[in-house]
Amino acid sequence: MAFRIIEHGKLERNVALLGLFALVTVAVGGLVQIAPLFWIDSTIEKVDGMRPYTPLEQAGRNIYMREGCYVCHSQMVRPFRDEVERYGPYSLAAESMYDHPFQWGSKRTGPDLARVGGRYSDEWHREHLKDPRAVVPESVMPPYAFLAEHDLDAGDMTGHLTALSRVGVPYSKEAIAEANADLVAQADPNADSAGLKKRYPKVQVRDYDGDPSRVTEMDALVAYLQMLGTLVDHKKAAAQQVPNAEAAK
Amino acid sequence: MAKNPTDHNKRIDQPTGTAFVGHEWDGIEELDTPMPRWWLWTFYLTIIWALAYVIMYPAWPLVNSATKGMLGWTSRGELAAEMQAADVKRAPLVNALAAIPVEQLVANQKLYQGAVAGGAAAFKVHCVQCHGSGAMGSKGYPNLNDDDWLWGGDISAIHYTLTHGIRNPDHAETRQSAMPAFDGILTPAEISAVVGHVQSLSGKAKANAKGAELFATNCASCHGNDGKGLREFGAPNLADGLSLYGTDKATLTQTVKYSRQGVMPRWNDKLDAATIKMLAAYVHSLGGGEAAPVAAPAIAEAKAANGQP
Repeated sequence: MAFRIIEHGKLERNVALLGLFALVTVAVGGLVQIAPLFWIDSTIEKVDGMRPYTPLEQAGRNIYMREGCYVCHSQMVRPFRDEVERYGPYSLAAESMYDHPFQWGSKRTGPDLARVGGRYSDEWHREHLKDPRAVVPESVMPPYAFLAEHDLDAGDMTGHLTALSRVGVPYSKEAIAEANADLVAQADPNADSAGLKKRYPKVQVRDYDGDPSRVTEMDALVAYLQMLGTLVDHKKAAAQQVPNAEAAK
Repeated sequence: MAKNPTDHNKRIDQPTGTAFVGHEWDGIEELDTPMPRWWLWTFYLTIIWALAYVIMYPAWPLVNSATKGMLGWTSRGELAAEMQAADVKRAPLVNALAAIPVEQLVANQKLYQGAVAGGAAAFKVHCVQCHGSGAMGSKGYPNLNDDDWLWGGDISAIHYTLTHGIRNPDHAETRQSAMPAFDGILTPAEISAVVGHVQSLSGKAKANAKGAELFATNCASCHGNDGKGLREFGAPNLADGLSLYGTDKATLTQTVKYSRQGVMPRWNDKLDAATIKMLAAYVHSLGGGEAAPVAAPAIAEAKAANGQP
């Protein structure tokens, strides 16, 4: 072009100038991509019902990550008709605000799990995890029968919850102090779970793995699966997600 | 290379008519060939496209949200429009289904067929995980093709089961029953006798008096004296040789000792009323639907589709 602010030849021969212009160019991309992360809290729409994971759910989540479930299962219902019709209301950003790291995933060999909670019975989950083809003949999922045999060794949940609270998950001091007790209480219908229920609204307390005598990895994973997508009341949340009126017409 | 390219003396390369840049390596010089026009214009067009895109569509992230764009497009708005269009398309069937009481659905042949078709699609999404893609069930999950029903096989009963589920702890209207676990109530010998009696009901074992007596006192209140079951309690018919969990001695012993508490999720919090009616119609059409003046072909078709005689 005839009009030039600066001769490119000069730019190529002056390290300081080249560095400055390179910085400006990269900064534009950086500003667009990185800057919003610093005020992302204000861009997550507020929804009622979200609470941090209970220790048992958190332990189940760790097993979910350990076994690489995210490699085949996503946890994000996108706002498309085919997904909404199959999986339920699309995911909201607020629903993964206590996820560290989030489990949105990037590939669906199996179905999306963002709303799997309450969709099947505990027994179905047990059967399916032990031998997927017993309930879904065409499934290609590997069996995870060992989960029911391994006692849950979640480590010190107090430390785990403390770490999460440091990155912004609002666990109360009480919740952190009681973490190890809460972990066991949720899988035992006979335990005193009043405190647990108070700390974690909508918590589901029951024996998940069909063996009340012990807490296994199966308990934790099924507890996690059964709570996925159950916290936010979407009939109420829908009012907060007013789609653009013009586009909807 | 010491020469500044801006001061070069615009020498022209004779064969091509293009100016030299002024760089020279061992006598090989670089020509200042302009970029092809088509490439340059494509490049300018992408810039114009990008500018228009940024103006028309949501783009720059600001403090509370991104710029909205002139078209006002949102992915949620697009979804809402798409869902609305689908609703409009389905409206005639859905409205008709909403208006008709479920017990009259079977009589309305045209509507019933529409509901069955819609139910078949919904079944593939919501039900096949447990009941199997052919609705043939598996251990613990009922086969919906046969006429062996736990809670009733007429369309209203199926509709109720679908709506409220079975043994949903968070729902008062759910179908609820609890067979006692007889481990500890009866001795192992007594349990064995009862199991023998239950097997004898379908001819799988010899009758035994002790088992019959124990059955009469412990089991008959729900399963009936003849063991034919009572749908009010979801108590299965024990005399037909069909069982959700199995009729062999070990399985029956397990059932009597520890009871079975099968769970089916309720769907009234997940699906709309019309879809539930469609599913009820579909399940009813599968072959075991009761009190149904349904056209026989529907049943025959469903049976054929499921590989049944």
